[in-house]
Amino acid sequence: MSEPLLTIEHLEAAYGDARALHGLDFSLNAGETLALIGANGAGKSTLLKSICGLVSNKSGRILFKGKDIAGLPANEIVKQGIALVPEGRRLFPSLSVEENLILGGKVKRSGHWSLDTIYSLFPILKEKRHAPSTSLSGGQQQMVAIGRALMSNPDLLLLDELSLGLAPIIIKDIYELLPKITGNGVTAILVEQDVTRALHSASHFICLQEGHISLSGDPKLHTRDAITRAYFGT
Amino acid sequence: MDWVNAIIQGILIGGLYALFAAGLSLIFGVMRLVNIAHGDLIVATAYLAWVIIKATGVHPLVSLIFVLPIAAFIGYWLQIGIFNRVLGKDILPPLLVSFGLSVIIQNGLLATFTVDSHKLNAGVFETSSFEILPGISIGYFPLLMFFTAIAVIIALQYMFYHTSLGRAFRATSDDTEVALLMGLDNRKVYAWAMAICLAVVALAGVFLAIRSNFDPFMGPGRLIFGFEAVIIGGLGNLWGTLIGGVILGVAQGLGAELDPGWQVLAGHLAFLLVLAIRPRGLFPRIAG
Amino acid sequence: MSDIISRSTLASKLAGLVALVAIAVLIAAPWWGSVATERLIGEFMVYLALASLWNLLAGYTGLVSVGQQSFVGFGAYIVFSLALLAGWNPLYAVPMAGIATALIAIPVAKLVFRLQGAYFAIGTWVVAEVFRLGFAQMSILGGGSGKSMPANVVKQIAETKFWREATIYWLAIAIGIGALAMVYALLRSRIGLALTAIRDNETASVSLGIRIERVKYLVYVFVAGMTGLVGALFALQKIRITPDAAFSVNDWTAFVIFIVVIGGIGTIEGPIFGTIIYFLLREFLADLGSIYLLILGALAIGVMLTAPKGIWGFIQARFNLSLFPTGFRVLSKDKS
Repeated sequence: MSEPLLTIEHLEAAYGDARALHGLDFSLNAGETLALIGANGAGKSTLLKSICGLVSNKSGRILFKGKDIAGLPANEIVKQGIALVPEGRRLFPSLSVEENLILGGKVKRSGHWSLDTIYSLFPILKEKRHAPSTSLSGGQQQMVAIGRALMSNPDLLLLDELSLGLAPIIIKDIYELLPKITGNGVTAILVEQDVTRALHSASHFICLQEGHISLSGDPKLHTRDAITRAYFGT
Repeated sequence: MDWVNAIIQGILIGGLYALFAAGLSLIFGVMRLVNIAHGDLIVATAYLAWVIIKATGVHPLVSLIFVLPIAAFIGYWLQIGIFNRVLGKDILPPLLVSFGLSVIIQNGLLATFTVDSHKLNAGVFETSSFEILPGISIGYFPLLMFFTAIAVIIALQYMFYHTSLGRAFRATSDDTEVALLMGLDNRKVYAWAMAICLAVVALAGVFLAIRSNFDPFMGPGRLIFGFEAVIIGGLGNLWGTLIGGVILGVAQGLGAELDPGWQVLAGHLAFLLVLAIRPRGLFPRIAG
Repeated sequence: MSDIISRSTLASKLAGLVALVAIAVLIAAPWWGSVATERLIGEFMVYLALASLWNLLAGYTGLVSVGQQSFVGFGAYIVFSLALLAGWNPLYAVPMAGIATALIAIPVAKLVFRLQGAYFAIGTWVVAEVFRLGFAQMSILGGGSGKSMPANVVKQIAETKFWREATIYWLAIAIGIGALAMVYALLRSRIGLALTAIRDNETASVSLGIRIERVKYLVYVFVAGMTGLVGALFALQKIRITPDAAFSVNDWTAFVIFIVVIGGIGTIEGPIFGTIIYFLLREFLADLGSIYLLILGALAIGVMLTAPKGIWGFIQARFNLSLFPTGFRVLSKDKS
């Protein structure tokens, strides 16, 4: 059994005086898709931001492919092979669709993903390649955001609230494409408000409650009741 | 005829003002920084050119080969060493730091070169001109300045919209956090922006020094002209800045025709007028 | 047992006592000090006032003006105009100058408030240049070379030199201490609370109903009027006016900014310490001429890079001191 791709050891994070993560421990193997669920403010986004380097941590280790990346700045971490699809998409308004994608590939890591393969995955983007990125619909912007992250050919893909602000039918379409994205050997952590959808798409899950892990494991082996209790901390 | 001449000269000097302003515009667009020392840096590059010419005897325009890269180098490290350390949400620190820098540069130049004014000699090219209509002539040098301004704007626009550096500028100014996620190092992006700004500043400085006498205290005046050109033209629009510079130059020229003491004042009044009736400028593209 | 809400600290009470004694000593200066002493203290008061006012504008209201020299010069020219052209006693012209400057600040504010942030700063500088160039065109007031106050006008202030110097000196004390006191009073008032709210979180304060634009506008005009008073005082001190001196960006803005930055921006005590440090530095370094200004500039940059809250800000944070408290403290009556 090879080493886990990602290991989190006693991770603590805080915003000023407010503690967001209280000594988290877990690990993730290559090829797995981990669903990260929990109420608002439970610490899901903070955890993702800690992993990709946007939030600096009070203490703890983040081991990625055996190397501790906890102190590295975000622009170094993406070179290691971790990419984030940010909550709310956060495309660059001054850049076109194609420019957003090209910028995603700036770190020049080799792999399956390129402009051509992204356009095959999301054909509508090829049509709109020169349009200002924020002129697209919510669902299309989400595709650009995903594509932009994939362009760096990450080993670990972090997806923060894919369904935020999107119509149900769009969410359904995007989640149907998820296996194509994770299918190429990409490990993924999925933060998602829609618990059912998250658990359905994942091989493992972690439930955060006020900065602690309240429940984790294989979604199929836990009852809905147990998960609800862990979610709300009852 | 004097009036027509005044207008033509005003249009051409607008090119120089646009050169003053282009760097200001670029830096504000990329990092929302307004460098109060901008004008003093223009004057400093003029002195740099003067020193190089004294040492090597080259023609002022040739000195640009040395002055441009040196200025860019200084700009890069100025950003890394000073401005990067105060950029953030608060506008006060960068403003105060650049104000301090302005005072340092002025007094440093004064201490090094004394208060005497100097001028760069570009030979007969400075004053030669051609007549387009009886009584109306256009100088070759002012024309060169104007076309240089156009060339610089075209180059900057191209860089901004068609190169990966320009893409980095736009992305970093849009969202510094997500730019980091793309592997961009903000500090270096800003440093390159300042390097390019100082290269344009050097161009402006040498032209200024050929055109007229310069002394250590001319900086704030050039900053103000550049700033007025930006505001009249509209934020975020380099071509607007050129038009702003032209309007400023024409206003000053007309003012001087009325009374030489009114030259600069007329420009200020034109600026205030635009500010009063079109606060966002004539062709604005971004919010202040 | 209910808690006592207190606004003062032990340090502030002590400081208040010391201040009262100091003011009494200062008022008596014409009798124990020389004319040179009076002039030095008078100059100190000028800078104390300007620094306190600029600090209120930039450190509390967020309006960074690099053009306050507009109002200094304007106040000075109003005094000269009224004394020379309308035959007023210069002393009575002083309050008039303050009012006139506040009035001119109203249209100025309307214009410059259209700009934001650093562009606002440069805009205020342009206005100052317009004032300077404008007054330089007025030959009736001496044009570019300026004008002196004739002896018969000066005599209107007081008959003898002793009383003239003393009167101007007391005026300086009044304006210097007065500006500081008024700034302090303002910051303890509801407007001060509004300013702190705006400074902490502009969006939230809007939602609470604080009319930000109105507050900023009022503070700007108030500061302008007070700055005009300082300019009027300057006119009496020098008895000679030129556009370049009256509207000097170095004298009325650069030095003031350095004082506030080095002393501690956003604190009431900062300008006091800054002015003291400025005068000390001037004592030792002024002979160096331009190097002196260079050092000031470098010092200001150094402070912004290492201790952005200035020297007083550093002391305040380290020792939790406040000589001019504006907040409220809860003193628990019940010690358990």
